[in-house]
Amino acid sequence: MAELQTEDKHAKEIFTGWQNELYEALRRHGVDQFSYVPDAGHRICIDRSIADEDVHSVALTTEEEGVALACGAHLGGKRAVLLMQSSGLGNCINLLSMVKGGRFPFLTILSMRGDFGEGNPWQMAMGQATRPVLGAMDFIILEVTRPEDVAPTIDAAADMVWKSGQAVAVLLTQKLIGAKAF
Amino acid sequence: MANELQRSAGPRYTLDRITAVPAIIGDHKDFLFIAGLAGTAKDLASLTEDGPHCYALAGAMGAAVMMGLGLALARPDKKVLVATGDGELLMNVGALATVGILNPKNLSILCVDNGHYGETGYQKSHTCLGVDLEQMAIGAGIRSTCSVEKPGDIAAGARMLRHSPGCCFVLLRVKPTDGPKLKRLMNPADARLRFRLGTLGHA
Repeated sequence: MAELQTEDKHAKEIFTGWQNELYEALRRHGVDQFSYVPDAGHRICIDRSIADEDVHSVALTTEEEGVALACGAHLGGKRAVLLMQSSGLGNCINLLSMVKGGRFPFLTILSMRGDFGEGNPWQMAMGQATRPVLGAMDFIILEVTRPEDVAPTIDAAADMVWKSGQAVAVLLTQKLIGAKAF
Repeated sequence: MANELQRSAGPRYTLDRITAVPAIIGDHKDFLFIAGLAGTAKDLASLTEDGPHCYALAGAMGAAVMMGLGLALARPDKKVLVATGDGELLMNVGALATVGILNPKNLSILCVDNGHYGETGYQKSHTCLGVDLEQMAIGAGIRSTCSVEKPGDIAAGARMLRHSPGCCFVLLRVKPTDGPKLKRLMNPADARLRFRLGTLGHA
């Protein structure tokens, strides 16, 4: 996203910097199942999970698979994260009933579309529905707008999920990742 | 407007799930189970006496195979068996592709295919009208597959579920009749805790 539309070297360094910190924070908290549908906002995290011999990197055909994967991982005593775009949340809704009804600890990280500065009208509906849908399924929402807040927010989210048993969605906002140019 | 295929009777299979499912699984204590909704949930609850090592869905239709994958990746020390119906699997059939590229050797998938949506009044499913889930599993890259349609096929299916070198998919074709009647734990949070206490030793 931001990296695709800028030749600014400094901006690129910031973008790759917080993405690497995000991956390292997840690893520090013991996450070893990474699931995702390919997404530019999560590119570095996805690539690092593929390169990392110590984790399972699970490419999904639809985001809802990642909800079930994470619940299965929890039954087996392991920690998973679902990386997706906000549009993918719409694909997940009924399977989130397992998270809510089963009170599964659950962490998802959403790269936002259809929000601050969006130029693709197709993204707007689900982007604007993201917070109400998460709220309806009892998720705690943590939003990140600044690069320096990414890793501390993952730390906070991980404790809320695996110490306090909550379902948490971390939103990587378009103020952080930029709005894709159209 | 329905076409001729939708009005057709479809194939007739003779195996009864009440005897075929226990026969193909064998000693249930050798597996951790994820069960789909309705039919297979009852099959497995009956077989395991509603045991802690079986997490059975009663909603979240389409979750079973991926839940089994997450469990299998988390527990390489155990054999994980997903038992699910044709309708539940069709709802998220892309999960076969996700499993196929990972090929976890401790994950076995048993699809109990009765060609119908039994829970909602036995409406025909796609598998009754020509859709072949074993062919879809093959197309998804799952290398060990078989279809079990008559008593003589059960032993080979049972061997595959236990001993395939990678992930396997066994399609068990049964007639459209009810499974065992059994009260089972329906609360998904209680079942989660029961599963972890029973299989990990802690909540």
